[in-house]
Amino acid sequence: MAMALEMIKKTKEFFIEIGDLSYFALRFFKQAATPPFEFKELLKQSYQVGNRSLLLVATTGFIIGLVLTLQTRPTLIEFGAVSWMPNMVGISIVREVGPVITALICSGKIASGFGAELGSMRVTEQIDAMEVSGTNPFKYLVVTRILAATLMLPLLVVFGDLIALFGSSLVEFMKGNVSFRLYFNTVFDALSYGDLIPATIKSFFFGFVIGLTGCYKGYKTGRGTAGVGIAANTAVVMASLLLFVVDFIAVFVSDIFYEL
Amino acid sequence: MDVKENIAPLQKENTSEEIVVRIQDLYKSFGDNKVLNGFNMVLRKGENLVVMGKSGSGKSVMIKCLVGLMVPDRGVVEVLGEDIARLNQVDLDELRSDIGFLFQGSALYDSMTVRENLEFPMRRHRKKFEGVTDTLPLVQEALENVGLAHTMDLMPEELSGGMKRRIALARAIILKPKLILYDEPTSGLDPITAKEIIGLMRSIQKKYGTSALIITHDVDCARVISERMILLVDGINYAEGAYQELVTSSDPKINAFFKK
Repeated sequence: MAMALEMIKKTKEFFIEIGDLSYFALRFFKQAATPPFEFKELLKQSYQVGNRSLLLVATTGFIIGLVLTLQTRPTLIEFGAVSWMPNMVGISIVREVGPVITALICSGKIASGFGAELGSMRVTEQIDAMEVSGTNPFKYLVVTRILAATLMLPLLVVFGDLIALFGSSLVEFMKGNVSFRLYFNTVFDALSYGDLIPATIKSFFFGFVIGLTGCYKGYKTGRGTAGVGIAANTAVVMASLLLFVVDFIAVFVSDIFYEL
Repeated sequence: MDVKENIAPLQKENTSEEIVVRIQDLYKSFGDNKVLNGFNMVLRKGENLVVMGKSGSGKSVMIKCLVGLMVPDRGVVEVLGEDIARLNQVDLDELRSDIGFLFQGSALYDSMTVRENLEFPMRRHRKKFEGVTDTLPLVQEALENVGLAHTMDLMPEELSGGMKRRIALARAIILKPKLILYDEPTSGLDPITAKEIIGLMRSIQKKYGTSALIITHDVDCARVISERMILLVDGINYAEGAYQELVTSSDPKINAFFKK
């Protein structure tokens, strides 16, 4: 009985959270569409989001490219299909692995960063101070950060994809004596707009989800320093979960278009 | 000996009858926790009014209702002749340019230098500075008022607690407000720094002729700065009068505030 009650309570809390998050998202769209626009802060945040994640995305992308190629190589050799390596790795990185891995890495970096930063600003009354000084803190802090994450993530994904392909080509160069030029030519021949466009659109949504959950958790932080830690932690968990939901929807929708 | 004892209590002078703040029957509760139960208050022009109460008695809630950071459940809050509840966001922001707010924890923006912290409210209230092309002299003046002109390019993390409080005071007066709200101005400070802050509060009031509402539970601060005091007990103004009147009262509830 107690367990059932606990489950009902948790389910209720889950739906309340979803409702709150949806309202927060609606508020974002409303505030983003009305002047004044905080261009300077948007540029600053875009630089912060992009620049701070660059090294992490590059390192992860490079390792993913290396590992994917190293792990797949023996199987493809067994089937006499090693020449298909650039096509297979290229398509899988551009369509799925690149965007999802980059988004997951960024959710750890960006969503937790937003959660902790806004949470700490909330706890130390900096958000209240901003409001008292006549600034709309939602517009200044939240809208700029969500937009920055939405705009920067596709760029980071493209960058991560290129680094991953470079990692893969390095393995092919060392193990299969395939030149970089031949490798990249084969990859780009194999790719079509049908691979690039859905992946790019999906990346915008990933960025939006990361920015939204990070800001939501930070902005709604409860009082106290413990709240800041909880905000940063739950922002990452929530963003990562939502990324997979968005990915599923994106794959499902793009699959319909492929069939057409 | 307490260092604050060598400061003479402020003498009441030139206090006109013009009302700056009027609070009538203010009610605010959080769930079942009734914080304010019909609080009433009047602050006159040029007056220093201290509101004292135990922690959690609703002092900060009351001050936040004054600047529109919280919406009361019931009651009228009039600041500088304007009913806060009837103002739209633009008018509320306009009114806020006439109110300085010193937050309990200083609430300086971590990501900005001291200069940027002071310029932030100025950028938001450009109307007030029409014709001013260079904000530097104004920032310098505000910092000189608090004796910290050399800290202009420092980040908040490089400042001590007392310095942060002074910078926050400089930020509160940069818009030349008619009313300054102090939320626990001396809390968390050592007696010497607290004495300096009280001295600054007095010199600012003398220089700019502002009215001040001071929320505190520091009896020494109240003794030195107050012209009139309100004791907030159980969400109502339990007692009201000059420091000397209240300190000699035989009421046990009032006595509890002044017991060392």
